[in-house]
Amino acid sequence: MKPRASLSTDLLLSVLERAKARGATAADGFLVEEREFTATVRLGEVETVTHARDQRLALRVFVGRAQAAASTSDLSRGSLERVVDEASALAKLTGEDPHAGLPDPAELVDRVPDLDLEDAGAHEIAPEQKIAVARTAESSALESDARITNSEGAEYGDRHARYAYATSGGFLRAYATSSFSVSVSPVASRNGEMQRDSWYSMVRKRARLEDPAAVGRTAAARALRRLGARKVRTVEVPVIFDPDTAASLVRAIAGAASGPSLYRRASFLLDHLGRRIASPSVTIVDDGLIPGALGSRPFDGEGLAVARTHLVRDGVLQSYLLDTYSARKLGLVSTHHAARDGSGVGVSTTNLMLLAGSTSPGDLIASVANGLYVTELIGFGINGVTGDYSRGAAGMWIENGELAYPVEEVTVAGNLLEMFAAIEGIGDDLVLRDRTSSPTLLVGRMVVAGN
Amino acid sequence: MTELARTRPERFFSERFNVTPSLMERLLGANLAGRADDADVYLEYRVNEELLLEEGTVKKASRHVSQGAGVRAQSGARTGYAHTDDLSVSNLEEAARQARAIADRASVSAVVGVGARGRPHDLYPLDESPVVTDLTRKVELLRSVDAATQAADPRVRQVIASLTSEEVVMLIATVSGWTVGDIRPLTRLNVTAIAEENGKREIGTYGGGGRVPFTFFLEEGRWRRFAGEAARQATLKLGAVDAPAGTMTVVLGPGWPGILLHEAVGHGLEGDFNRKGVSAFAGRMGQRVASELVTVIDDGTMPSRRGSLNVDDEGTPTGRTVLIDRGVLCGYMQDRLNARLMGMAPTGNGRRESYAYPPMPRMTNTFMLAGQDDPEEIIRSVDRGLYAVAFGGGQVDITSGKFVFSASEAYLIEGGRVTAPVKGATLIGNGPDALTRVTRVGADLKLDEGIGTCGKDGQSVPVGVGLPTIRIDAMTVGGTAV
Repeated sequence: MKPRASLSTDLLLSVLERAKARGATAADGFLVEEREFTATVRLGEVETVTHARDQRLALRVFVGRAQAAASTSDLSRGSLERVVDEASALAKLTGEDPHAGLPDPAELVDRVPDLDLEDAGAHEIAPEQKIAVARTAESSALESDARITNSEGAEYGDRHARYAYATSGGFLRAYATSSFSVSVSPVASRNGEMQRDSWYSMVRKRARLEDPAAVGRTAAARALRRLGARKVRTVEVPVIFDPDTAASLVRAIAGAASGPSLYRRASFLLDHLGRRIASPSVTIVDDGLIPGALGSRPFDGEGLAVARTHLVRDGVLQSYLLDTYSARKLGLVSTHHAARDGSGVGVSTTNLMLLAGSTSPGDLIASVANGLYVTELIGFGINGVTGDYSRGAAGMWIENGELAYPVEEVTVAGNLLEMFAAIEGIGDDLVLRDRTSSPTLLVGRMVVAGN
Repeated sequence: MTELARTRPERFFSERFNVTPSLMERLLGANLAGRADDADVYLEYRVNEELLLEEGTVKKASRHVSQGAGVRAQSGARTGYAHTDDLSVSNLEEAARQARAIADRASVSAVVGVGARGRPHDLYPLDESPVVTDLTRKVELLRSVDAATQAADPRVRQVIASLTSEEVVMLIATVSGWTVGDIRPLTRLNVTAIAEENGKREIGTYGGGGRVPFTFFLEEGRWRRFAGEAARQATLKLGAVDAPAGTMTVVLGPGWPGILLHEAVGHGLEGDFNRKGVSAFAGRMGQRVASELVTVIDDGTMPSRRGSLNVDDEGTPTGRTVLIDRGVLCGYMQDRLNARLMGMAPTGNGRRESYAYPPMPRMTNTFMLAGQDDPEEIIRSVDRGLYAVAFGGGQVDITSGKFVFSASEAYLIEGGRVTAPVKGATLIGNGPDALTRVTRVGADLKLDEGIGTCGKDGQSVPVGVGLPTIRIDAMTVGGTAV
């Protein structure tokens, strides 16, 4: 499909003008235009190739202290006019809310920092070359061991997106991002048992994509180490989370620290600002300004400058994650974590990480006489209001400081506040390979349920 | 939108976007026919509206419109797919060229004539689509829900009530020479209550809906019941004790606990995983995978249900597929591609989240048939165990067969009696054998209230589940009380 010459920022501005003409006292709009390509390969054959081009304009309208939102993927004049009219009509329906409104214009980002998020033109290579990346990842996985007998396939994807944000006060800024990814899901089997695992690489610059053959080998090794998995008996033991599963614990803390859960009193971190919520060795940072990183953005969903925020420092909760509205509700100031969602503005993290400790993952494992090393978590067993935690897990059993055998069909349970207080070891293996990252974490005691 | 609900999808796309039957014929004929084993053009227009009330006032009101086309060409196991949200002729032709690049058969242009095909069912005829209903009536409902939830118990501190309404108009034209369209309403009312007592806080959530008009919530005291349930769950959990940990007898209540079936067997019986041989159920057709008390069905033809469709997203009429018959595996859920490659018939389970995705085999409404047992007697038959009646989400690893689902309302069973409520806990099991340990099946089959959304490969679709009260003799409960 034909690329557009430039981002339709004039459309965005005309929509805001029309909103004001329709009685809005203020309005803001976010425009996204994206092009996407994905190719999946399975057992060496191309399975699916997808080309896409999408656009979406999201509008927020204020009539005094009442607000409403609308969005459309149809950027034709008639459709945009309807969107404005509908949002204006909806705003008359919503209640007056003293905290509703745009941020103070003086606080809007002045100079948009160049965070090196775009790899202009890098997605223009021929589809055959893209398909070859997926093919290499899969064949490397299949060839790495005779027990890799099948595959759910490998996928290459790239995406180029342009974003523009404008307010009725005349603010208009734009930026573009690229992303490239490769993933593969091989299946290992032995004596009728089948185990699948996967690995991936996702980056903003095509040249930094991990060698697809290495991605394939890692995926294969992950599937192979699950063969022969068994259930263990129910026991309370130390639990080590590998970096991927540990990152999900960090995400749960961020969720509880986000403004909307707090003003709804639906968070176990309510009234915890300034209090110890984790072991003193725990520091969690959200940094939206790391050049070329997946979670970076030059400004938030309300045009506010992004910074490095200490969420937790030395075990103490230092900051919540707030947009303008939730900050006003809580009597605080925005931490510039606003994100546009379908129905208006929410809160999201940027590059969220628990900072590395000084112990190698091997030494953490060696310090455990009897316990579980978790490599996968499934299910939704996290209660954000109480912090109660219970999820399905797979991994390896640790015996006398060594990984002894694979484990599956067990759960790990506790309470997030108790788990973070019981962090007894932090690995030195922090790698920023996704939007949320963590080193290996050792939690002193959790209940592992099995037989 | 008012005119929309009464018009035919063919006319809607032709009048609104100038995508006429002859344009679709040209796209299919000139670009796709003769080069592919199968090809289709899918058009979609969606209106979605959300109202959210908290602290007694409407805090969020939003309306979203999306439209687009997906063009697909298939050759063997290969699929080329292109989608665009710009329905202009040049964009549709470009999408067709991109889709067919994958189907590298000899390029013989062919002529395809498409004729309209009637819908096989009319499962959700509405006088008024929920997106059309006057907003003031909706706000009034949310206010009533808020007041009722607050009034249900003085410990309720916070109430969030939301109402979403949607209408999707779809039209599909296939290279086989026919078109079929559908207009799909969908609505859901959701209530969340936060209760507090002595510094403890808990959350309760309840809701329901379906392919029904707005008035559904006003009938049979529904909204009042949803409000009461959310408050009851939140306050009940304030006094919950730690859930037990370990393997024990579990009794599941009727209705939404049917998510067990969705995770334990449903996904594993979707055609794509079985064609690829990556499902724990692959190659087990005709074998015993459950106790003989267990018959599991996927039925997309139940009137007004959230998981129902007149035709699936490939235009195949939905049906009723027996997945497990008295314990024996006997059916897969199929889309056109996997059915063709496996030499089976499509079952009307080809679904997609929107035009932005190619379809794949998905569930519709999945439930277990009722048995003979008295539910009360099933509980009395258990000396020590867990009685779980409400659940959050679940997940499954298709290949190893391990699945989880998380109880949000559960009780201990002690000496045949339901006793203390316990905190939420995840239940974990192995799909191919979990149902072999079903020893009692109640006569009280119930379908869920209409709240389910299933995610697969990043695509979400509305689904339903159902279950009678059942007893499972050994299941692992992930609590903290050792």
